[in-house]
Amino acid sequence: MELTLNHYLVLSAVLFAIGLIGVMRRKNLLMLFFATEILLNAVNVGMAAISHYRGDYTGQMFAFFIIAIAASEVAVGLGLLIVWYKRTGKIDLDQMTSMRG
Amino acid sequence: MFEAVAFYLFAALTIVMFTITVMTSQALYALTAMAAGMIFISAFFFILGADFLGAIQIIVYTGAVMALYAFGMMFFDTTRNVIEKRNNPRFVVILGGLAAVLVVLIVLAPIVTTDLNAHYPIDTSVGNSQAIGMVLFTKYLVPFEVAAVMLLVAMIAGIVLAGKKMDKSLTLMADEEIALMHALSHDTTEEKGGH
Amino acid sequence: MEIYLYTALFSPLVGSLITALFGASRKTYFTGILASGLLFASFVSSLILLTYVMAGHTVHVEMMTWIATGDLYIPFGFVVDQVSVTMMMVVTTVSTVVHIYSIGYMSHDKGFNRFFSYLSAFVFSMMVLVMSDNFLGLFIGWEGVGLCSWLLIGFWYHKESATWAANEAFIMNRIADLAMLIGIFMIYWNLGSLQYDVVFAHISSLPMPIITWIGIFLFIGAMGKSAQFPLHTWLADAMEGPTPVSALIHAATMVTAGVYLVVRANPIYSEIPDVGNAIASLGAFVAMFAATMALVNRDMKRIIAYSTLSQLGYMFVAAGLGAYWVALFHLMAHAFFKALLFLGAGNVMHAMHDELDPFKMGGLKTSMKWTWILMTLASVALAGIYPLAGFFSKDLILEVAFVEQHYILYTVLLLTAGMTAFYSFRLVALIFHGDKRHLEHGIHPHEAYTFMLYAMAPLAILAVIAGMVFKTPYYQMVTQLLPAVQYHIHNHTTFWIMTIGTQLFVILAIAYAYKKYAKAVKVDKKVESGFFYQLLYNQYYIPKIYDEVFSKPYLQLSKLAWKQIDLRIVDATVDGIANIIYQTGEKTHTMQDGNLSSMLRWMVIGVVVLLVLAVAFTAGYNAVNLRAM
Repeated sequence: MELTLNHYLVLSAVLFAIGLIGVMRRKNLLMLFFATEILLNAVNVGMAAISHYRGDYTGQMFAFFIIAIAASEVAVGLGLLIVWYKRTGKIDLDQMTSMRG
Repeated sequence: MFEAVAFYLFAALTIVMFTITVMTSQALYALTAMAAGMIFISAFFFILGADFLGAIQIIVYTGAVMALYAFGMMFFDTTRNVIEKRNNPRFVVILGGLAAVLVVLIVLAPIVTTDLNAHYPIDTSVGNSQAIGMVLFTKYLVPFEVAAVMLLVAMIAGIVLAGKKMDKSLTLMADEEIALMHALSHDTTEEKGGH
Repeated sequence: MEIYLYTALFSPLVGSLITALFGASRKTYFTGILASGLLFASFVSSLILLTYVMAGHTVHVEMMTWIATGDLYIPFGFVVDQVSVTMMMVVTTVSTVVHIYSIGYMSHDKGFNRFFSYLSAFVFSMMVLVMSDNFLGLFIGWEGVGLCSWLLIGFWYHKESATWAANEAFIMNRIADLAMLIGIFMIYWNLGSLQYDVVFAHISSLPMPIITWIGIFLFIGAMGKSAQFPLHTWLADAMEGPTPVSALIHAATMVTAGVYLVVRANPIYSEIPDVGNAIASLGAFVAMFAATMALVNRDMKRIIAYSTLSQLGYMFVAAGLGAYWVALFHLMAHAFFKALLFLGAGNVMHAMHDELDPFKMGGLKTSMKWTWILMTLASVALAGIYPLAGFFSKDLILEVAFVEQHYILYTVLLLTAGMTAFYSFRLVALIFHGDKRHLEHGIHPHEAYTFMLYAMAPLAILAVIAGMVFKTPYYQMVTQLLPAVQYHIHNHTTFWIMTIGTQLFVILAIAYAYKKYAKAVKVDKKVESGFFYQLLYNQYYIPKIYDEVFSKPYLQLSKLAWKQIDLRIVDATVDGIANIIYQTGEKTHTMQDGNLSSMLRWMVIGVVVLLVLAVAFTAGYNAVNLRAM
């Protein structure tokens, strides 16, 4: 049984769906961050697979940059989260209602 | 054969781990499950021959990001179960699944129908890390530098945001309040010097 | 010479724009003097151009390109030739006089500055009209004078009747202008140019029916502007405007634009003598028709307006019979004495506190000696007594009709000449002779300002000498452009019988008018209740018929359109669209609940929708392409 690109892409899509469900489901901001990490990783799998099966480094390059972005996102995001927590003592999404019109 | 077995094994493990991450109500469980999932993801990179990417995945995610989250969680009360009020979970699952199916369709469609040419073909004569380095520092030098600057910015931002007194905004304070704050910090240092 | 051309053309515009700046501020004599001074400059420039043209030159300038698209090329071009310089002289002379006169006449009016702005704008439009070297420029001037006429008739806009009259004049002119525009389009369609010289050089190459239609449509345009039957009703109502306006626009210049158009387009009308005959017949009819209405009217200004209408009829007779230079000559002579008559009427109106019914005046010759002399002079000129201007120009038209063997036209015009004399002197007799009926109304008349009388003096002099002195040089100049036909009755006996007979007839009519009205005014009830008197007094019931046939059904139609179409369909559609948007907003604003979690959810829904669209379009695109392969 030969592995094809489609296997990886389906896996990538499944992981992406899990991440998406997490994004919609989670109310705790920290947990929401976990879900976004899953989304990014799902895409990375797809990138690496395409890179391998098309014989092109471009996919790996993009995966590389995505990892960099994910790392900075975590750094800034956590920083903001901590500030928010210090101010309000809560990290519940439902209670962040300052954007209500 | 070995590849296939490895793929299915790791695929199953990854899906399970990430499902736990998304579904559990224990923050600590979620964190550990995600760390495990990240490591399993790196297995795919090794299977696909992207050794450097796999190493990066382990170092960055399991090393740096997980450590960050772990430290972050120390701020929050993680011993408690995460209580989340949620409505209409089935809707969420259907929406996620639909998005996944559509993404697969779109990603597959051009690959099946059109013949793409490789911009930077994989060179088998050198190792993966060396080849990555060649491409990264020739064709992708500018994005690389930009990414470096971005990481620097993120680092500074992280420090500034999580640093002391960051719960006070200088821009939102009146001049007298700032002066008062400075005076207070001056006093404390003098006291320390005095002792 | 170009500098004089531009001065003549643009100094009224400059005057208009500068005085317009003071339009909303308090009355200041400065505006009137400035506008008059600039018009005088225009007059002097025209005079210089006249001497230049008299020497046998013409000036033709192309100021700039106006419209250049594809094959259509229309420049802002101006030409000063024998015809346009005549018109320029008439326009600038009369308008300068009227401007100076207006400083006195309007001195008690709040809209003093505004008045001069409009008046100068009118003169500018009129100059564009007469100086343009193409039909479209003429049309712009044509519309410009129409607009200024609207502004000036409705100058006292707080008066219901004035605004009504202004709108009537404007709308009637629109109807005619549409026809004129069609004529211009036909010229362009068939000849590919609107330049006079090009059009006139090639007009004879067109088939006969097309030339005929062009001639007819252009003439309908002329009919509107010159108030020929059946578009004549606006001219009498236009007398609602200030009297200087009536003198300048509705006697001397704008209403003669139609005659100018026919004269200018003489190469077209020379090709179609049948249309020319129709024009002449209509002109004769209008001459008679208007004169009969003037016989019984009891409004001083309206009588003069009908007289203008009648004289325009004379001009069209001449133009229709191919005697273009005669038409233009009568236009010029008429401008002088008719403007004089109107300005005199303005003096009387001032003295009478805006009373217009001559039956309530009388005996004014003692208190208003100079006005009496000037108006009598103008009336004598209008009646055509030797040696004043009217004799040379109007009797010439009679001769034209006779020489061209249109004896019916001749008879009609001769009768009209008698009527003209009668109603002119009826007016003079009623105003200046007889009992001082105005005393019953507690009015004590006074003479106008001296400078107003001085301003009128040039017109009086011109009314006296225009025929005698100008005829020969004018003929020599203008026939370089227009067909040179001398209208002489070869049989000397016939000529003398006709001339003396006409003079006697006219003098008899004058004598009869004096006899009937100069002493005591006897109101003959029997005559006044007679059918003909009522018919004439009510202007042949034409305004009433127009009201019944056009205005009222149109009002009904408008009401129907308003109630049924506008309110039910147009408004409903617009309101419906607004409601849909409003309701949508009302229903969907719950989306914006400020909850980040639900926002994320909406974001995912949006992503899914976009993905569905992407898949659907890709599939559709591939399906089409694969089938094509």
